[in-house]
Amino acid sequence: MATPALEARDLRKAFGDLVAVDGVSFTLERGQLLGLLGPNGAGKTTTVSMIAGLVAPGTGEVLVDGNVLAGDVDPAKRRIGLVPQDLALYDELTARDNLRFFGALYGLRGPELERAMTAALELVGLADRARDRVQTYSGGMKRRLNLAASLLHDPDILLLDEPTVGVDPQSRHAIFENLELLKRRGKALLYTTHYMEEAERLADHIVVIDHGRVIAANTLAGLHAEHPGAGDLESLFLALTGRRLRD
Amino acid sequence: MALTALVAMVRKDLQIFFGDRRALIMSFAAPIAIASFFGAIFPGGGGSGEPARIPLRVVDGDGSAIARAIVAGVQADGNLKATVSVETDARDAVRRGNATVAVIIPKGFGDAAGAAFFGGRDKPRLELLYDPSHGAELAMVRGILTEHVMRALAPPGFSLPYRVREEAVVARANAKYNGYAHSFAGMGVQFLLFAAVDLGIGILLERQRGLWKRLRSAPVSRHTLLAGKATSGTVIALLTLLVSFAFAMLVFGVRIEGSVLGFLAVAIACSLMAATFGLFLAALGNTPGATRGVAILATLLMVMLGGAWVPTFVFPAWLQQLTVVVPTRWAVDGFDGMTWRGLGLSAAVAPTLVLLGFAALFGALAVVRFRWEER
Repeated sequence: MATPALEARDLRKAFGDLVAVDGVSFTLERGQLLGLLGPNGAGKTTTVSMIAGLVAPGTGEVLVDGNVLAGDVDPAKRRIGLVPQDLALYDELTARDNLRFFGALYGLRGPELERAMTAALELVGLADRARDRVQTYSGGMKRRLNLAASLLHDPDILLLDEPTVGVDPQSRHAIFENLELLKRRGKALLYTTHYMEEAERLADHIVVIDHGRVIAANTLAGLHAEHPGAGDLESLFLALTGRRLRD
Repeated sequence: MALTALVAMVRKDLQIFFGDRRALIMSFAAPIAIASFFGAIFPGGGGSGEPARIPLRVVDGDGSAIARAIVAGVQADGNLKATVSVETDARDAVRRGNATVAVIIPKGFGDAAGAAFFGGRDKPRLELLYDPSHGAELAMVRGILTEHVMRALAPPGFSLPYRVREEAVVARANAKYNGYAHSFAGMGVQFLLFAAVDLGIGILLERQRGLWKRLRSAPVSRHTLLAGKATSGTVIALLTLLVSFAFAMLVFGVRIEGSVLGFLAVAIACSLMAATFGLFLAALGNTPGATRGVAILATLLMVMLGGAWVPTFVFPAWLQQLTVVVPTRWAVDGFDGMTWRGLGLSAAVAPTLVLLGFAALFGALAVVRFRWEER
């Protein structure tokens, strides 16, 4: 059996008395998109943060190609690309200057960096606006650039934390096409979202977490088989996580 | 790869700094404008301008030859702007702040003063009415008045039994004190710390915007991230300082009368101290808004105690001793030493080392207290 591109193994993280993630485990294969679903405060972002190296796990491990990810400068971090939930871009700079900076953080420079920037900008359809300052971009364009900034170093694993929040249908559609293309190229994608229709369209495997724990994990068809009569994914999700408001 | 990342961080910060033209102009124009103002109002700054004379009212209630000689003497004195007045007007002028001191020569003063001077009789009283907010000027007027009374009383041919030779003591011959040197040092340091506050707030804003998630997800060490910020902060602070001093040199004739190398050493150490102070603020701060208020208060206190607004020699003795724990005091003293005092490189060693010590302290505290986890 092939080693998964990414494995979260019994991850646990507490902030004071609050246990944000409590024993989350899953694996992610190459060419697969795993939808990580959960209500607000379920622990999705903390899980992604631990995998990206932003937060040290209390216990548990993150494995990239079977090797435990350790420390800030672990070369394996180069194989991971993070698309944060925030628009993590410098509005004062042009798209190219943003990408030049983020690429350099991964050691890219010279012609290699130029090629990577051009490819990333073309992929997200921003090549013609590359020299404009980001502050002149629409919300959808910023989201696409946010994705491009994570692709420069050609990561094998892409962590996408609600990458379509606040974008128009056109930009969302463009992002979906980008992700489907990346999947076909063999990238492993971890995707957190609140939008069930996105998970239904994109995800090969779905993990539902609530209160920091995995409460369901399967393919979409598998989840429906496990919960017959639950209806669509949103109904199934509500059946699993309850209808109580989460703020 | 660490060097590539560090260079990229510095270049990006400089791009942002130079990209905002309005902020850029303010960064350079504000210290120059304020330092120019302070340089002009403090002694030694005016150059060709006349020093301000003390406004004085003099009331001659005696009318004797001696009283008339005293009045003529104070009217001719270059340190005073004396106007003859009646007592009620003189008192009113002092009360309203139009005159700093009023001198009232009472009736019979001339005869009584002469008798006291030569015959040992009772001394007559000379009344001085003064504005209590100008205590220093009262002492000056008292001294000047003594000279004119003595001249008026003395017989022909009498003069003070000594002459005074005044020499401004600086390290080099022909070097003149230039008040702008101190004001540009003080304001330069102040705005350098304001730049440090901007650096700290900038880091907190980057965190708020999620940019630190990107930085932390890259395979870049924590030390490289902080070093990148410290380097760009130092470069920007140094640039602000050097542009201010270049302006002072071109426009106000400020000169580095001492060691140029010493001046650069103090400037670099001071800029590094400011940059690490910015990192320290970012490490302690939670939100940009809350941090800005505390940071500006801390900066103003440091600047005030460091003698950037008024020279530390006007402080009480206990405060002068206390302010050696403030880095700005060392910075301002270091710049004063290298500019108008004309001291050599050896005089720059202590300020440079102390400023580097503060930089190491702020940097170490920033590393220890920095919030590295990005939730």
